[in-house]
Amino acid sequence: MRLPGWITVKRRPAPSPWLVFGISLAAIAAALIVAGIFFQIYGVSPFRAYGDILRGALGSKLGVTETIRRMIPLLVIGVGLSVALRALFWNIGADGQLLMGAVAASGIALFSGLPGPLLLPAMLLGGFLAGAAWGLVPAILKARLGINDVITTLMLNYVAISIVEWLIHDPWKGPTMRGFAYTDKFPAAAILPTIAGTRIHWPTLLIGLVAAILLFLIVKRTRVGFEIRVAGENPHAARFSGISQTKVTLFAMMISGGLAGIAGVGEVAGIHHMLLAPNNISLGYGYTAIIVAWLARRNPLAVILTSFLFGVIMRGGDVIKVSLGLPFQLVNVFNGLILFFLIGSEILMRYRIRVGRRQQA
Amino acid sequence: MRTEAGLTNSVSEGSKAVVEMKGIVKRFPGVVANDGIDLAITRGEIHCLLGENGAGKTTLMRILYGLYQPDGGEILLGGEPVRIASPKAALAHRIGMVHQHFHLVPTLSVEENIVLGLSGGTGPFLRLRRTRERIEQLAEEYGLSVDPTAKVWQLSVGQQQRVEILKALYRDADVLIMDEPTSVLTPQEVDALFGTLRTLVDDGLTVVFITHKLDEVMEVSDRVTVLRKGKVVSTVHTAETSKAQLATMMVGREVVFRLEKRPPHRGETVLEVDDLHAHNDRGLPALRGVSFDLHAGEILGVAGVSGNGQHELSEVLTGLRKAHRGSAILETRDLASCSAREVADLGVAHVPTERIRMGTVPTMTIQENLILKSYRTPPFCRWVFLDDKAANRHACEAMEAYQISAPDEGTIAKTLSGGNIQRLVLARELCGSPKLVVAAHPTYGLDVGATEQIRQVLLDQRDRGAGILLISEDLDEILQLSDRILVLFEGEVMGIVPCDEADLEEIGLMMAGSHRREVTA
Repeated sequence: MRLPGWITVKRRPAPSPWLVFGISLAAIAAALIVAGIFFQIYGVSPFRAYGDILRGALGSKLGVTETIRRMIPLLVIGVGLSVALRALFWNIGADGQLLMGAVAASGIALFSGLPGPLLLPAMLLGGFLAGAAWGLVPAILKARLGINDVITTLMLNYVAISIVEWLIHDPWKGPTMRGFAYTDKFPAAAILPTIAGTRIHWPTLLIGLVAAILLFLIVKRTRVGFEIRVAGENPHAARFSGISQTKVTLFAMMISGGLAGIAGVGEVAGIHHMLLAPNNISLGYGYTAIIVAWLARRNPLAVILTSFLFGVIMRGGDVIKVSLGLPFQLVNVFNGLILFFLIGSEILMRYRIRVGRRQQA
Repeated sequence: MRTEAGLTNSVSEGSKAVVEMKGIVKRFPGVVANDGIDLAITRGEIHCLLGENGAGKTTLMRILYGLYQPDGGEILLGGEPVRIASPKAALAHRIGMVHQHFHLVPTLSVEENIVLGLSGGTGPFLRLRRTRERIEQLAEEYGLSVDPTAKVWQLSVGQQQRVEILKALYRDADVLIMDEPTSVLTPQEVDALFGTLRTLVDDGLTVVFITHKLDEVMEVSDRVTVLRKGKVVSTVHTAETSKAQLATMMVGREVVFRLEKRPPHRGETVLEVDDLHAHNDRGLPALRGVSFDLHAGEILGVAGVSGNGQHELSEVLTGLRKAHRGSAILETRDLASCSAREVADLGVAHVPTERIRMGTVPTMTIQENLILKSYRTPPFCRWVFLDDKAANRHACEAMEAYQISAPDEGTIAKTLSGGNIQRLVLARELCGSPKLVVAAHPTYGLDVGATEQIRQVLLDQRDRGAGILLISEDLDEILQLSDRILVLFEGEVMGIVPCDEADLEEIGLMMAGSHRREVTA
């Protein structure tokens, strides 16, 4: 493609962290502006809408705690995804992994008969393992047979959805639920504690925060982290150095799938206290978390920040539904726009683009 | 700018100039590739552009061919100032270019490739019969024999180059730019190419020939313009200069053509390769029964036209490709059945062909790249944690020992020059005194200074007692460094020649597929 003479494009050597930060902010700002058009279409002033969202998400105690409630699954999944994406594994299947974690936790809560104090640890462990197993299937398929990870992870989401639907409609359908498609309520010992007066199930939040710090250290400071970075940055150099792509992929997907599973445990044991319809358990957390991890530039620590931001956005969806009567789905429009501008802005990090006549000698 | 005393500066022969470039400036991030270049090409000459890699030769010609727009300066064709906006515009001005890497569609035939992109006023239909007659006529006239109906993928590299030349001639090119055309050819093919070029200029065409090889300049050109660091050093008549003088102009200092090569101390056999067979990436046989042995303290050069199994050989020996028959015994272990990691742990260094794509992680730091193969063991790793301090100390030492010039150890590898990247790769691979060094094209694309240093490093390794397998398409390099020369053709060993008996003619014939009957070990 030939550019007009007044635009010059030059390659940048390596973008500075500040540049990356600035460009990310600019991408969000661009998404805000374009989303504003949609508000306008609904006859709502974008300024009013954004004002309502900010007030609703951050302007009251309820707002903040609800924001954090939305942030928790995004944080836990996003931290794991940042590792998978670093290893160049496109895990689009975190939603399914979340559901499988929820299934495992529900099964243990309702049918294991474990004594009370053991119940929650067993649910968390079970949820991790179930999510990891669901994530390892596409990892093994890719490593052994070279099957595309985007396709397999995405398709397994629908399998997980169907499994949950089947369970709540048939074998696990709660006898006490008067015909509704839920399981029975979990016993009290299987319910995650919350911060008083809120829906913040803090153990899950804590797991997310600890995982963010641990994975940051693992990626930066350990042998396996070094292998993940090399394999993700240059698979050819990894092969050349004898780093096993299979090992790296399996490790990354065990972490990513496992943490998504834990997010599922948090939702059923912390919020709903039962297994219910898949679209009630997850509002597409697994997909939004991809944007969370990408905006954090695959840095687990930065995921804390970006997951909070998306907590605000999701909470904002609740707010505009109530206060302005707008559909919650506008949140998805907004998320999509952010990802769109974020990926579009990647080119600004690699190239310096100048507009204006260049001087002719 | 320094000018060399006693040289005729003949830029001002403006009246006969077909192409004149005045004060051309082209900037890329961090470098000025062309810094006020003046060049005048006279009709009917072979004009060499000589310079090291990065001197700005290719950039200058890409400007002339319309691929880049200059940041300053002007181009005159036959005295008229012109703006060349694209290769299409260049062709309209009858300027053609044959690139170093060909731009052909492998699945199409020769004639289809030649007419590709031409709109000959024939509507959507190709007039292949008329095309064919014209191609055959051009081919005969200029000694560019090639079957117009053959598919390009079936052709040898030399034949593909002929197609590229025909492509330019078919478009009525009057000025033909050849970018390093000999790098992929056997000595015999080089001779044929030079013959063609001479016929072309006899017919009144003009050839601009980009090269960094002094012998070629002396052999083929009428005049030569030497570039260094984006500036013209001088333009001279070839008949009035010498190799040594050109080399001095090119490098900017006296060049010692002899490396310090001491007599070899051949030790025991390090590597014994027996009847090695392997496939290439497309699953076709690439190695067909390769056998040789390599001793400690010797350099065995592997010569051959690119794509005759050299790449696969280096990969099999370094655990990156599975052999499906045969063995390569290093001491007691068979490298052909080891993984890349096992091979490295056995003390085999690998300087890969693609030094950036394979040899480094461009987005990581020098320090991290230096421990790419040793990150698992002390001192760089304690239990599961990497020891940043140890890696840093190692990086400082390596950067000093191998003269890697960069701001610091935390510099991102992709910002380094080619020479520094290769120094980095060598520093890593040669760490820990390897027994066997597999070096593939170790100086390809590097400037003279870096080339000299890297060749000396290889000779030092040999004198230390390492066995070195040197794979290179640069015959001069092979002749200069090797103790014995092995020639590969279509995955078979055509023969092994001791370097002091080596005869360029004979090696050329072997590269083209003739066996050497008596093999001396």
